[in-house]
Amino acid sequence: MKRPMKPSSASMRAAPKSAIQQLIDSRPDAAKVDRFLEGRAIPIVEGPAVTFVWRGEANGVSLRHWIFGLESGSALARIPNTDLWYLTLDIPHGSRVEYKFEVHRSDRSEWIEDPRNPNRARDPFGANSVLQGEGYAVPDWVRPDPTSRSGLLEPFGFHSKAFGGMRSGHIYLPARFRKTRLYPLVVVHDGRDYLNFAVMKTVLDNLIERLEIPDMIVAFTDSPDRIREYPNDEQHARFLTEELLPDLTHRLPIIDRPQARCLMGASFGAVAAFSTAYRYPGVWGRLLLQSGSFAFTDIGKTNRRGPLFDKVVEFVNQVRANPVPVSERIFMSCGVYESLIYENRSLVPLLDATGMQVKFVESRDGHNWENWRDRLREGLSWLFPGPLMFIYE
Amino acid sequence: MISGATRAVVLLGAQRFDPTLAEAVAELGVEGKIAAITAGWQEREEEDDDLQEHLGGRTVNLRLHARAEEVFKNDPDLHAAHRERQAILRHRQDFYRIRLEHALDAQHVIANRAAPKDILHDEARASIQEIRDIDRSHLERCVRDHKAFEERWRPLERPAIVDQIGEIAELVKDCDAIAIAGGHVASLLNRLRLFDVAKLTAGKVVFAWCGGAMAVSERVVLFHHSPPQGPGAAEVLDEGLALVGDVVCLPQPEFRLRLDDRERIQVMARRFAPATCLALPARSRVTWLKRGPKNPSGVLALRDDGMHTRFEVSGAAGLGS
Repeated sequence: MKRPMKPSSASMRAAPKSAIQQLIDSRPDAAKVDRFLEGRAIPIVEGPAVTFVWRGEANGVSLRHWIFGLESGSALARIPNTDLWYLTLDIPHGSRVEYKFEVHRSDRSEWIEDPRNPNRARDPFGANSVLQGEGYAVPDWVRPDPTSRSGLLEPFGFHSKAFGGMRSGHIYLPARFRKTRLYPLVVVHDGRDYLNFAVMKTVLDNLIERLEIPDMIVAFTDSPDRIREYPNDEQHARFLTEELLPDLTHRLPIIDRPQARCLMGASFGAVAAFSTAYRYPGVWGRLLLQSGSFAFTDIGKTNRRGPLFDKVVEFVNQVRANPVPVSERIFMSCGVYESLIYENRSLVPLLDATGMQVKFVESRDGHNWENWRDRLREGLSWLFPGPLMFIYE
Repeated sequence: MISGATRAVVLLGAQRFDPTLAEAVAELGVEGKIAAITAGWQEREEEDDDLQEHLGGRTVNLRLHARAEEVFKNDPDLHAAHRERQAILRHRQDFYRIRLEHALDAQHVIANRAAPKDILHDEARASIQEIRDIDRSHLERCVRDHKAFEERWRPLERPAIVDQIGEIAELVKDCDAIAIAGGHVASLLNRLRLFDVAKLTAGKVVFAWCGGAMAVSERVVLFHHSPPQGPGAAEVLDEGLALVGDVVCLPQPEFRLRLDDRERIQVMARRFAPATCLALPARSRVTWLKRGPKNPSGVLALRDDGMHTRFEVSGAAGLGS
């Protein structure tokens, strides 16, 4: 007699139903939905399958995200006889995705944060909800650590001849700062945003405490008009290199060598850092460029990103036509969910071929401050390895 | 082997949380005072209360870090020259690292290629030889730079240093042993060399742990398999005091070495052979006498097949691995 066939291997078994599918199959009513949502982490992460849910009365609900290559505005489906809306997407391992819901009602549509998801990322425009995909965890070194000694942030003001006006920012001095010691200098573009949205002071305190980077002085600078000043601006480069750098080197115990000087920035800030180094080759020996807006054209001058990028395109085209070494070590990072990933990937081999040491790191994230925060440890410690390799106690 | 006149050298694992130094001191029958060197702790050099207490209050801190600061204050020319020499050494280390990383990358690529076994074997040997040559030439450059500095500035003849060495020698004379703590190994080595401490070890037992163990060996190798900036390459820093020969000391293997990574362990073992790479976890120790190592406890030896075993002594003096 033949035995009935049973699934004998994992491959023969049906994939387990997702939580949302089980709910749908149960023909839920409001009470079932209540029970389903109670205590459940939202979005629902089941391996690579991620289910976004929103509950309420509306004509329609869409998911708004900033993943380049994945359609934004995908509609959530309503589970019949309920007010629960859902959308399941395949999200690769280690992803971090910022999103909002767009809720459509008869008279209006509004973008809202996910009320059931406590994870938020703030930025200069407000806040987004954050999906932490399977395999992503907020790094422990971005959280305040009571055992890390706190560095000092001091405001500074500076009259710039290049700009003909005052410039201000903050100087970070490490916890055990001593005037008799010499320190490397990092100059940060969009300093206030790095401090507020990438918690860079906490990151510095923690990485220094863990010996992963050396004690360093960091100048957080800001521009009143970054859109004009950051894309390859002669005045800006002059301000940083001929005014700010000598002033800081004069006032503070800074190692007066290119290897100890770093310019960093994100997006247009990365363009500002790189273009300044390009105008002053050999001065800035370290560059940290995050999600650089390195737009270029292979033919013609018209770029798809609009006139704001015209100066950037002109600069990057010039670099691509004549790549020369301007620094010693460049750390570049970019999220694979950014439209800029193509431009950044394209730039790496060109820079590498000049003899500069280039390290390029990709992450499953977008064009946002927490992506830039999460790459700070790898970038800073590669540019400025801390005494970890020297300390054995 | 241990250098000429030193009575014994005891290498120990980390002492910070679970110290075993007192046991080792008792085992060697050291009953008198112990000169303590904590210069690797830099500005925290004199925060040695725990060490004092652990050894029953009989340590005398030699204050080598503070003494070096005094020397530099009193002899600004030497200070400037010293800074310049350190800057040269940093450049050397940087350029060496660039060459080394390429050689290690090449070794890794070749090790993972498919080819007839005898060709792979031969190429693997060539890869390691390439790395060894880079290590050797780096060390030669460092030695040359030290020599040039010493010939030009004659530090051991300068009054600021002679006075300090005299005071240190007086302190050490009354001690039966010298205890060298870890910390910043480059800074420690620098102070040990500046005050010619190797000479003061004659007739003494030397206890050294972590960075201290590295500094008293022939060759100081910096290592960390998982630093934050990506896969770390072990790099030769400099010659050590060579109070102990034929070993490379690797303290804190618990979080610095990936002992399960056979390829990396194999490269380390082959790269530094014939010296034995000794991993010194917490609570481990081994004593070196004139006739060789004795009573190893908890020490691990890296093997050239990528495995590691307990370090054991075969016969009276052999370096078993």
